[in-house]
Amino acid sequence: MRDLTGSRVALFVPCYVDQLAPHVGFAALEVLRRIGVAAEYPADQTCCGQPFVNLGCADAVRPLAARFAATFAAYDYVVCPSGSCTAMVHHTYAALLDDPVAVASGEHTYELCEFLARVAGVTAMRGRFPHRVGLLRSCHGLRGLRLGSCSERVEPVSDPVARLLSGIDGLELVEPARRDECCGFGGTFSVTEPDVSAMMGRDRIRDFREAGAEIITATDVSCLMHLDGLLRRANAAPRSLHVAEILAACEPST
Amino acid sequence: MTHALRAAAFTADSQRAAWHDRALWFVRRRRDDAARSVAEWEELREHAARIKDDALARLPELLEQFEAAATARGAVVHWGADAAAHNRIVEDILRGRGATRVVKSKSMLTEECRLNEHLERRGIEVVDTDLGERIVQLRGEPPSHIVLPAIHLRKEEVGELFHRELGTAAGLSDPVELTAAARRDLRGAFLSAEAAITGVNFAIAESGGIVVCTNEGNADLGTAVAPLHIACMGIDKIIPRIADLGVFTRLLARSATGQPITAYTSHMHGPRSGGELHIVIVDNGRSRLLAQPRYRRALACIRCGACLNTCPVYRRSGGHSYDTVVPGPIGSILAPSRQPARYASLPYACTMCGSCSDVCPVKIDLHGQLLQWRRDLVAAGHAPAAGAITARLAAAVLRYPRLYAAAGWAARLLLRRAPGLTARSIPAWSHWRELPVAPPRSFREQMRDRRRG
Repeated sequence: MRDLTGSRVALFVPCYVDQLAPHVGFAALEVLRRIGVAAEYPADQTCCGQPFVNLGCADAVRPLAARFAATFAAYDYVVCPSGSCTAMVHHTYAALLDDPVAVASGEHTYELCEFLARVAGVTAMRGRFPHRVGLLRSCHGLRGLRLGSCSERVEPVSDPVARLLSGIDGLELVEPARRDECCGFGGTFSVTEPDVSAMMGRDRIRDFREAGAEIITATDVSCLMHLDGLLRRANAAPRSLHVAEILAACEPST
Repeated sequence: MTHALRAAAFTADSQRAAWHDRALWFVRRRRDDAARSVAEWEELREHAARIKDDALARLPELLEQFEAAATARGAVVHWGADAAAHNRIVEDILRGRGATRVVKSKSMLTEECRLNEHLERRGIEVVDTDLGERIVQLRGEPPSHIVLPAIHLRKEEVGELFHRELGTAAGLSDPVELTAAARRDLRGAFLSAEAAITGVNFAIAESGGIVVCTNEGNADLGTAVAPLHIACMGIDKIIPRIADLGVFTRLLARSATGQPITAYTSHMHGPRSGGELHIVIVDNGRSRLLAQPRYRRALACIRCGACLNTCPVYRRSGGHSYDTVVPGPIGSILAPSRQPARYASLPYACTMCGSCSDVCPVKIDLHGQLLQWRRDLVAAGHAPAAGAITARLAAAVLRYPRLYAAAGWAARLLLRRAPGLTARSIPAWSHWRELPVAPPRSFREQMRDRRRG
């Protein structure tokens, strides 16, 4: 494990996590605390602007990117409990902006599990969580941040998020038949193409259920919010839990 | 009509949509296995991408080199600026030989140019000889997939069609027997054809040869019987050297269907003895795409269909929901370059999962180009105006932390106090899903409380 004392670390809580899943923000803070990182929460943060880029209004995002840069420029690392928003600030800002400060703060931003594995050098966690857990590999983490190998590429197998979970006592990771198919949320896609989006979500849920999952976990609240909305409509299992909520009760294993 | 509406119609038949998804996922899985059988797969993709980039960078030179070499081998090369010119050229060649019966193997270009329609209106009969193509031709509909044209149909539907059109027994749906019936029917067309039209998978500038890949041997059979062969190709089919060909044949069938190679890979260098070979080279909007740096790499496409098979949206919405000759991710890039207003919804038929870009054998940044298209469509005023206005408004609010916090507070209040009303105001979400349960206090509010202690 890498010693990060002396590094300034900020927590970036995306807008929808802030408003709709604040407990995930606190879980992320707790995970960081347990690996010895006292993350700060700069209160001036708002939204990375991903929905607008998604809709095709990339120009509307420039001021948001400038705000992101101003908020986080002073930190060595920015940690975010969302692969999607991280991919946005990490890659899209660079493609979109000519502002080197904004690009730099984007490049210092890491998704929580990515930060644990790639920056802090934490590859496994100790704790107890006696449940069968299915890991939804959210696309922007998987293919955007390359947070693990994906099934369509011929590359060495790696799965850092599963690895973080796999050391937890009692936690049994179950694999759906389609290990990394998209859940169908897709940001604005969920409302511009509701029928295909919902069908994709139902398909993922069935796949996880058939694999025996009691809990679906992911690096992204957004994917889970979509699946959770479908699950609650059908009044069906499994339930969803952000990966930070599982890791928050664990210690890094040394 | 938008892609979303046509997709809704397809998913409404939930059994068909589920079956369509499973059938194509099976092809995607086979593709994964085939890719893994080549240890240097990712390097091969990179290599293919570089060859295509080189070819696109010096396309005029390579096309002329191809023309000279093909002519030297006895082929006649024609140039068509657009679909109309292409159809006229083909028609003139056929008329010059008095040919009225034509067999055609699979060619997306002739679909794009609507050649069948053009020729049939002028009394020339065209029989599509690829089984899937023949099925959709008999049904009078366009193909729904560039490699598997009739993948949207069940064997029972093909059975009914063949009963009606080819006189097979009522209720017959055994694929082997149906294929045999089609084969018997096609045999007559092959034997009486006066001309054969084929597509082109690769045109080799160095040698002037063309390569056609099929699984059914129908291109070979057509060109072996008829004395006249017309090969139709887009300008993007050029590869520089014979040595490059192996890179693409290794990638094409593996990416398309998971086969190591197509059952037939036919190399045609000049006309067969006693026959005539005409090669029609068509632009039809390709040079316009070539001139757009953001989209030019889409011309590297070798039409393997892997991006369709892996696309979770295509698999569940069916090829016809794209209302364009080439559907799926690559089609959603190509179509707006022709008719941006008509196809403005296609780049939005994508979750940005990125799988298409990862399977593409020539490494086209498909999902990146789709995102770019959204930007260009909004800028050109073709995207839904309400979405763009709401986005700008929301982005303006989000610039100011206090305004954002207040808006978030109000939205949560609405969600908690009037969940029914809120749900009804977002029917696209609520038709299928429950809205999230809003917490009384946001993360930032709770953090502020903690600081105040």
